Amino acid sequence: MLRSAFSVPRLAILMSNIVQLVWLVPVLPLIGFLINGLFRKSLSKSLTGIIGSGVILISFIISLLIFFQVKQEGFQPALVRLFDFITVGKLSIPFEFQVDQLSSLFLLIITGVGFLIHVYSTSYMHEEERQHFARYFAYLNLFVFSMLLLVLGSNYVILFIGWEGVGLCSYLLIGFWFKNIEYGNAAKKAFIMNRIGDLGFLIAIFWMISKFGSVGFAEVFSKTSTTSVAVLTGITLLLFVGATGKSAQIPLYTWLPDAMAGPTPVSALIHAATMVTAGIYMIARSNIMYTLAPVTQTVVAVTGVATAIFAATIALKQNDIKKVLAYSTVSQLGYMFLGLGVGAYTGAVFHVMTHAFFKALLFLGAGSVIHAMGGEQDIRKMGGLKKYLPVTQITFLLGCIAIAGIPPFSGFFSKDEILAGAYEKNPVYYVLGVAGALLTAYYMFRLYATTFLGKFRGTHDQEHHLHESPSAITIPLIVLAILSVIGGFVGIPEVFAKNAHALEHFLSPIFAQSKEIQEQHATGSSPELTLMVISVIVALAGAIYGWTRFSKKPELEDATGFRKVLANKWYVDELYDTIIVKPINALGKFLNNVFEKSIIDWIVNGIGRAVQYSSRQVRLIQSGQVGGYVLLMVIGIVILFLVEIFIKQ
Amino acid sequence: MPINYYIFLSVALFCIGVTGVLTRRNAIIIFMCIELMLNAVNLLLVAFSKMHHQAVGAAVPTAGIDGQIFVFFIMVVAAAEVSVGLAIIVMLYRNTHSVDVNFLNRLKH
Repeated sequence: MLRSAFSVPRLAILMSNIVQLVWLVPVLPLIGFLINGLFRKSLSKSLTGIIGSGVILISFIISLLIFFQVKQEGFQPALVRLFDFITVGKLSIPFEFQVDQLSSLFLLIITGVGFLIHVYSTSYMHEEERQHFARYFAYLNLFVFSMLLLVLGSNYVILFIGWEGVGLCSYLLIGFWFKNIEYGNAAKKAFIMNRIGDLGFLIAIFWMISKFGSVGFAEVFSKTSTTSVAVLTGITLLLFVGATGKSAQIPLYTWLPDAMAGPTPVSALIHAATMVTAGIYMIARSNIMYTLAPVTQTVVAVTGVATAIFAATIALKQNDIKKVLAYSTVSQLGYMFLGLGVGAYTGAVFHVMTHAFFKALLFLGAGSVIHAMGGEQDIRKMGGLKKYLPVTQITFLLGCIAIAGIPPFSGFFSKDEILAGAYEKNPVYYVLGVAGALLTAYYMFRLYATTFLGKFRGTHDQEHHLHESPSAITIPLIVLAILSVIGGFVGIPEVFAKNAHALEHFLSPIFAQSKEIQEQHATGSSPELTLMVISVIVALAGAIYGWTRFSKKPELEDATGFRKVLANKWYVDELYDTIIVKPINALGKFLNNVFEKSIIDWIVNGIGRAVQYSSRQVRLIQSGQVGGYVLLMVIGIVILFLVEIFIKQ
Repeated sequence: MPINYYIFLSVALFCIGVTGVLTRRNAIIIFMCIELMLNAVNLLLVAFSKMHHQAVGAAVPTAGIDGQIFVFFIMVVAAAEVSVGLAIIVMLYRNTHSVDVNFLNRLKH
């Protein structure tokens, strides 16, 4: 029996229908979440790890099968309807999954990188108590589940459910060590900042419902060509507000660096596979609306390039290994938004993919370093780790090269595609983008050189404990390093080989409509090869300068002057504190002290006193004299009679 | 005889009953006054049903009969009520040696 189930024809049928089984991909992590969450006190650590990672692995395998199905020529986007979610009047929102090129690619990134992070976590979190270990994996699975829901939904409401889900999970995981109040505050900050963005998203959904009468992707996009540009601009701007929150763009980026409070693999998950890519996905999904709203595109591009540069300058002077990486994520996300803003949608999605590889690698590498250093995160106290952590060192270096955009590593291809698109739109974007790339290469090699080169600067005790991490940590690092190196070859630019850009070919159905519109306004070709050479030279220069400057003499003293401004992140947190948090606190205090006491308390106490007073008076009527009662009764009856006779008529 | 006579008589009886209940202090007299009120109502019921029967009795032989029957019910219920009430008064008297309702103001507590 069992054999026949796997016989060849049945397998073929299963394969051809694998798209219909797409609901398994998010459901499995949900099951993992439930098992780990409900039985966290009774499951052993190894079982927890196996369940937590296993469900993601199965999801990954299904995603892979779906991907091959989608990759075939002539694949039509498939809708898998699970049940009716909301039906109100003419509005019907089904709980429906959409499998197409974009979502299947994101499925692979999320489950693939997510699986590696799960495996890594089994070792990294091993010192936690059993129930916290299981709680951690439960949250991690829920995180992956929410993200999968986000990319699979066939309408904005399902997307929004996933969107909120990742927000919740980021809160839970950033505040995983909840006994530390600062970590709890970081978690709250992430949640609240996201909420600000979510409000924009929510309003955009309502606007869509009122304008298009639907929230399904297909229905909305089919109606965009007949909608006025002003409405589209409004909707897309509101959606973009949501994206700035989730994807950490100016002005809502400050939560991401603080999100470092969570365990390091969580940072890797937030930065690489889930959460921050949600905004990119959403805009890439809505690309046709953005293409039709040029004003929004400009806003997106300017925000993106500004964030890229701004975050890169902050990263220059950070001394916490995770903070540097966090700001580099903000900066790279800025590049992705630049790509979206200039209409290089494929480039942006491509960069999401390559960034997922090398940023997960860098974070997990940083985690390995922190693990070896016994929790130390300050790079000034590291140095010379090269000989103690050979695997971590080499993979970290590969990650740095990839993020710096040096060919033929993956970051080069994707970043270059975005920069080429930016040049076509406006050379200013390109110049700023290259400047950002210079900074990126510089600070990444500063980080690498300070951490791994030179002499060890920690305590003797730490030096004694330095050791390479176990294989559950190093294997994911190696896999991610390989992906970071070769991941770029799916998108070889046209100047090197005709039609070699496999990713663009793969994603072309998604962006076809936008491309058609863009080509009507095309300004001609750009000198792509020249641009490429310039950006590579700049990146190399930054990398070499960073390497040589910090390998011999790391920067140990506290920053002064302008550097101090950078080290303090341009005082943006302080600025927000002054202009938003403090006034709101003051208002709250005012309301608490004045409004609450003199008005609300007065009303509440007044009602109480009035009742007390009147009851004291009314109580006197109850004298116990039966005659009195009867008299009152008779008076009452007489009044009723009079009412009946004189008034009711 | 016009119906008005009956009505005036019952109203007078009823008012006497009410006044008695309100002004007298002896529980037994109050009881008697309550009976007076009940009988005022009974009288009215009987009178109305009789008049009704006279008016439409040729066409509907049973017209007004329910009023007569209802009176018997009221009498039976009143008798039952009196027996219970008197029992209470007897018990009260045994305990307090008084049937003065002004003295019996314990309902307050």
